[in-house]
Amino acid sequence: MSTTTTTASPNEAQLWGGGKSPFSSEYGKVMMWYFLMSDAFTFGAFLISYGTVRFSTNGWPNSNEVFRSFPFAPEGVHAPLVFVSIMTFILIISSVTMVLAVHAGKNMDKSGVVRNMILTIIGGIAFLSCQAWEWNHLHSEGAWWGMNPFLNADGTASTTNFTNFFFTITGFHGFHVFSGVLINIIMLIMTLLNKFEQRGHYLMIEKAGLYWHFVDLVWVFVFTIFYLL
Amino acid sequence: MSHSHTDQEAHNAEAMAEIKKVTIILSVFTIIELILGFWMISLTSAALKLAIKGTIVILMMAKAFYIVAYFMHLKHEVKNLIMTIVVPLMLFVWFIGAFLWDGNSFRNLRNDYNPYFKEQATIKVEKKEEGHGEKHEVESKHESVEQSKETTKPEATPYY
Repeated sequence: MSTTTTTASPNEAQLWGGGKSPFSSEYGKVMMWYFLMSDAFTFGAFLISYGTVRFSTNGWPNSNEVFRSFPFAPEGVHAPLVFVSIMTFILIISSVTMVLAVHAGKNMDKSGVVRNMILTIIGGIAFLSCQAWEWNHLHSEGAWWGMNPFLNADGTASTTNFTNFFFTITGFHGFHVFSGVLINIIMLIMTLLNKFEQRGHYLMIEKAGLYWHFVDLVWVFVFTIFYLL
Repeated sequence: MSHSHTDQEAHNAEAMAEIKKVTIILSVFTIIELILGFWMISLTSAALKLAIKGTIVILMMAKAFYIVAYFMHLKHEVKNLIMTIVVPLMLFVWFIGAFLWDGNSFRNLRNDYNPYFKEQATIKVEKKEEGHGEKHEVESKHESVEQSKETTKPEATPYY
């Protein structure tokens, strides 16, 4: 069953000889990897264009002055980084529960898959709710595509590039989280309908897991670049 | 039969230990990033800020590595598969370097040859809540909705 052998060189020679998968991985999983690679270039292009525009401009808003609000905080309370760190930890934790779901799937542990998928979905919805609140708050301050109420860190007038990039990139990431939640809900329903028990494997959970981790991975970059740098 | 069963259990324990380890690493790195971010708020030295930003980028790359290698399990895949993923991503080295260089060069060019662009970066703008400034540029597109609210729109029309 297992294709791994301890001696590498004869294995290497026969790897492409046919009769077995040279990647010893399932087709759908390999294709998910290639999809994620193309998606990484899409996000990379977005973030690099943000960097290029920022480098070509003399001033830029200070993220600690822009993202300083917190739900239910009284007026005038400024808490830079606090809200976004909560969002970051929500996504990290939902990523961990996804790993646990994949792990349970490998052991054919249906109840473990169901429990961890539910937790992952809750984490995804919590993240989306946080983002919805943040967008709504920024919009109430006058920020939107084409509208930038914030000044540069040095007090000079800022362009709309800042808000355009912020809403486009976090929006594109939020859309990925949204589709990830949908995929996870479908996976949960399929698990509950015993689809994977009938197939004899939980590979679909692994593929959904790859996508979900990628969403977390992109947030690592978006969070660092927009809120910390 | 019992032998393979204990093998399975040992493998499970190993996998769980790995998940735990990576979770702790990701959390600790994130906390360090946040501490550096909080520290940076009060700093004024540009060189120190740049050093901290460099550290944050390194931590970001380390987090990305742990997510891809362990959570996405790439480290446990066959070497051929790893290479087909990692080698194309090497394009990012050029992508980031070339484009940031280009952006920086464009700023320098504009500061050298475009006096208006350079001047814009020296004019301080008052926030709206502190009274109207001397500029009377009106952004007709948004004024009807936005003027009534307590918005803090800059008075000058910025130059892109």
